[in-house]
Amino acid sequence: MSGLLVERSTPLILLQDSGRFGIRQLGVTQGGSTDWISMFWANWLLGNPLEAAVIEITLGGLSLIAQQDACLALAGADLGASLDGQPLQPWRSFLVRRGQRLVFSQPVQGARAYLAAPGGFDATPVMGSKATVCREGLGGLDGSGRALTAGDRLGWSAPPPAPRELEATQIPDLSSAKPLETVLGAQIADFAGQSLFDAFNSPWQVDSRADRMGVRLLGPALHYQGTALISEGIPLGAIQVPPDGQPIILLNDRQTIGGYPRLGALTPRSLARLAQCLPGAELRLSPVVQEVAHGQHLRMLAQWH
Amino acid sequence: MKIRIEIVAVDCLMVRLFDTIDEAHMPWLLAASRRLHECFGQGLIDLVPSYTTLMVHYDLRQLQVSKARGLIAQALDNLQPDAGGSGRSHSLPTWYDPCVGPELKLLAHRSGLSINEVIERHSGHEYQVFALGFVPGFAFMGLVEEILASPRLNTPRKRVAAGSVGIAERQTAAYPQASPGGWNLIGRTPVRLFDHALDGYSLLQPGDRVRFEAVSHDEFIRLGGDDTPLEAHP
Repeated sequence: MSGLLVERSTPLILLQDSGRFGIRQLGVTQGGSTDWISMFWANWLLGNPLEAAVIEITLGGLSLIAQQDACLALAGADLGASLDGQPLQPWRSFLVRRGQRLVFSQPVQGARAYLAAPGGFDATPVMGSKATVCREGLGGLDGSGRALTAGDRLGWSAPPPAPRELEATQIPDLSSAKPLETVLGAQIADFAGQSLFDAFNSPWQVDSRADRMGVRLLGPALHYQGTALISEGIPLGAIQVPPDGQPIILLNDRQTIGGYPRLGALTPRSLARLAQCLPGAELRLSPVVQEVAHGQHLRMLAQWH
Repeated sequence: MKIRIEIVAVDCLMVRLFDTIDEAHMPWLLAASRRLHECFGQGLIDLVPSYTTLMVHYDLRQLQVSKARGLIAQALDNLQPDAGGSGRSHSLPTWYDPCVGPELKLLAHRSGLSINEVIERHSGHEYQVFALGFVPGFAFMGLVEEILASPRLNTPRKRVAAGSVGIAERQTAAYPQASPGGWNLIGRTPVRLFDHALDGYSLLQPGDRVRFEAVSHDEFIRLGGDDTPLEAHP
């Protein structure tokens, strides 16, 4: 017996990697870890490829029993993790002994934690990815798109790693204290002036209608004054504004095309921060120029090399 | 055709070729799509075609936005539509019946046609696949004759059976998998439309042409169809 045995799980606990690409024209969504920065760090701690398959644990409710001694890594939210009752902090690798119980209870800070194993968790990729998309019935442990469930066994194939340590100064700030940065989109000029002011100056509250497809924000109603749109491709992080004026930020499991007007799209770093917001959280949006956001992103990627 | 290129995300550019939905645009969109693939090569992560646009998702590690714009301009320079029609032709056997197509009667009533005439008109036309979306392999096709055009249901069904054939406004489609749906259902096809184990994954691809072929209940069952009735919408 090897790997980890799932003792208890929820529909929000999913095998993820960086998602599916090259097939968006078929209506297949991207999927993948919503907080990609934490996934990268969890893998980095074990010396894995940064996009290796991890477990995305949203809100807790997971209990695992080690079937062997192993070195694992944890990054992202503090979900009150413990190993045989001893508190376990994220942003580090740790040893588990055969028979020990690893539990994620509930959010202490942030919403999503990422658990990595040596070389990444085993599963047969579906269309190039292990990412679980329940709505499409794709990916996950058995390829059928289902969440982890009691009785599942999580395995990996790589030998024990030479773990790395993350210095306190390297731990990313994934809070939403600073505004989420938005690259302005094509329809920006067709929103009312007051709405543009409101969009980037009002606080927004994360609604309870928030999942891996999108996060609805509550705040002042935004008015689009342009003509009706014909459906077109939707980028990751697009902030679409349906007729009720309450924006929805589209995440990894979004539909591939859609016809609502958009303010723009969040930057990759801001997407990771949004993925850590719980319902009720307050956040702000700020505009950013594409070239600036591009430079930021390249500098961020450089830290893992 | 006035081509516009717009930034829509840090790593995505929208190439806007047209402003209206028209079957005549498809050969242009397909040619543009092919040229973009050639020009971007490994720098292209995804290309999302839709009715009037192509969204280019490029690799930020390889390309600056100015370079990406340049590649798009290069790809679309002296563009010619794909000649001789494009894509493949398909025939989708379809059992048109009120028990799997609860809106057949509604469409007949609205159009003043008989149910048989609705079936003849829907199956008597070759449709163009404009785009795939909503769920994997869901092909938005058109254009349906004006007389059959019908708005989406006010309240979408929570579950539409796989293979259901429907109409929304002047478009038609078949649901590849059971899912929620708000289209007016008129029949069901036994054909498997999306399977990740199949080469190409999706039977229908953007630019393909599709006919619905009316078949009997016996033929539908022989082809592997599931005739579990769908309740009429309240």
